[in-house]
Amino acid sequence: MRRFLSNLVSSQNFPFYVTAVLFVLLFSMGAVAFEGFFSPQVFLNLFIDNAPLIIVTVGITFTIISGFGGIDLSVGAVVALSCMTLAVLMRDTTLSPYVCMAIVLCIGTVVGLLNGFLITIFRLQPFIVTLGTMFLCRGLTAILSRDSVPIDNALYSDLAFVSLEIGGCFISLGALIALCMVVIATIILRYTSFGRGVYAIGGNEQSARLMGLKVDSIRIRVYVISGFCASLGGITYSWIMLSGYTMHGLGMEMDAIASSVIGGTQLMGGVGFMPGTLLGVMIQGTILTIISFQGTLSAWWTKIVVGVLLCLFIVMQALVTSHKSKLMNLKAEGSIPENKK
Amino acid sequence: MANLVKKFTSSSLALPLVALAVLLLFNAFFVDDFFKIQIMDNGNLYGRPIDILYRASSLIILALGMTFVIATGGIDISVGAVVAISSATCCVLLGGDIAGIPRHPFFVAIICSLLMGILAGIWNGTLVAKFKIQAMVATLILMTAGRGIAQLMTDGQIITVYYKPFAYIGGNIPGVMLPTAMLIALAMIILVIFLDKKTSIGLMIQAVGINANAARYSGIKVTAVLFAVYIFSGFCAGTAGLIEGSLIRAADANNAGLNMEMDAILAVTLGGTLMVGGRYYIGGTIIGAITIQTLTTTMYAVGVSSDRLPAVKAIVILLIIVIQSEKFKQMYRDYKFRHQQKAVAGAGEA
Repeated sequence: MRRFLSNLVSSQNFPFYVTAVLFVLLFSMGAVAFEGFFSPQVFLNLFIDNAPLIIVTVGITFTIISGFGGIDLSVGAVVALSCMTLAVLMRDTTLSPYVCMAIVLCIGTVVGLLNGFLITIFRLQPFIVTLGTMFLCRGLTAILSRDSVPIDNALYSDLAFVSLEIGGCFISLGALIALCMVVIATIILRYTSFGRGVYAIGGNEQSARLMGLKVDSIRIRVYVISGFCASLGGITYSWIMLSGYTMHGLGMEMDAIASSVIGGTQLMGGVGFMPGTLLGVMIQGTILTIISFQGTLSAWWTKIVVGVLLCLFIVMQALVTSHKSKLMNLKAEGSIPENKK
Repeated sequence: MANLVKKFTSSSLALPLVALAVLLLFNAFFVDDFFKIQIMDNGNLYGRPIDILYRASSLIILALGMTFVIATGGIDISVGAVVAISSATCCVLLGGDIAGIPRHPFFVAIICSLLMGILAGIWNGTLVAKFKIQAMVATLILMTAGRGIAQLMTDGQIITVYYKPFAYIGGNIPGVMLPTAMLIALAMIILVIFLDKKTSIGLMIQAVGINANAARYSGIKVTAVLFAVYIFSGFCAGTAGLIEGSLIRAADANNAGLNMEMDAILAVTLGGTLMVGGRYYIGGTIIGAITIQTLTTTMYAVGVSSDRLPAVKAIVILLIIVIQSEKFKQMYRDYKFRHQQKAVAGAGEA
């Protein structure tokens, strides 16, 4: 039993299991406490309401795994800039919504490229660089328009309400895109040489460089992915809001980082599991749903609960890491035999 | 003279000072009466330079605490939330009585606010120093939960304080020419410079920032130093919270100290302290904070609105950090070297 626990704790996906158990616990807590909570639609709403956050978190997880203090604080501002660009383009030009979306995706990619370029070429701290681009994008959003700009393009609104029926329930296009992004990101991270490279440079940049990996190129691509995801998240956000406003996506970067950490990503870099990230967002969503079902608690309780969860997970990770290194030392001393498969 | 110029350009204060000088020069030309300081009827000093220093006070205080934290190789992104908690504590303890009668004595409210700041620092310090959690993640917890806690205290409402002396902290004490916030900032600066110059704590902080293991082997209590640094940062945030709360005479848990952690980190970076820790520059931090505030005030003066300001700020920041980076300096040296070689080659041919 002891042996089993020890192996479980030191297994690679332990944080993921904990997150999954916690999610099931939270959801069943809601199901027991509130009538009508345990329905497929409530479950699907978690995806529908959090689609932008899921997409943004996928991007930010890439940057965190890539190490070197990797983080992307600009995502929330890119979401705002994307919504505003879409709204302004559709108000002032006759471009098709599809062209507008393509332009927005390009903007996000360029912001990501700028981040990656500054971080790798000048070897600047990602925290400061992305803080700078965050200010830049927020400012640009306000330069486009200080007031809220509604999106009233008929074709675009239709797109926002596209949904897929699954056995009496529905799921929105944004949520489908979000799920696709998680699947694609998982495959990229696990099964492509680029994905393995991201883990490698996050684990130990020096070794990765000596092994002949193109560290700079991988890191730039990571930030480009994050920028792209942020603008895609912005598009799905605009489907929910149908407007552009300077305050859209405020603080989203911190929500995304928190989700990523709860999902088992380590901020040191080199460790992370994409489906865990999805669960991290869903846990935040479940807390919000429980609070809205309860009705009397206010939304800031979410912040406190998320803070407490964050704390639990971080302390757990610290303990797991120390347990692993203890185990490794023991193995090195030869006091416990290697696991036989 | 050339020697002096070279000494200046190679000093760490050069860049922030030049940035500040450029801003002031811009103001001198484009903003009317920028440097005019006058004495108002009530005996207070008034003018844009005073205004800049006054508005920069709470930022300077936060940035001082942040400097030490960053010097140990850490970061404290919770200070904005702690500002909200501290100002909420003070306002709740004073109460929103319209007649201006405080619920608890003023000094109790002040001490409790500062204690809340210190408590936040103890929390961060425990996570970072004891549990060895990365500083950014550790302080992220309080950053996320902090505003929630402040909301919990104020019951989600904005408490307006009508008690007169509360306004003195953010405004002027009657009969004193300078705003109180400036005096508090000055006191904090003196305290920090005293700690830096007259005690060995500064040396210890640098040692921890450069190499924590080496510091431990040379007998420095790394855990205690880290702990102290976060507590000091919390204390600074508590003080800034009092000023911010007093400025608007209310506890606004959503907006008090919003994004101030970012400005504080920027001030420290502008001042030449590297995010990786080690050497730190108190003077640079102070000038960095003043530069940020000058930039803000200048932009307001030329008519840039507050929500568009970040774009300008971002460009300045990105430029400065690129110029500060080692890689850029190296590129510049390479360029100069090639230039010289060309000149030598040219002379040889002639």
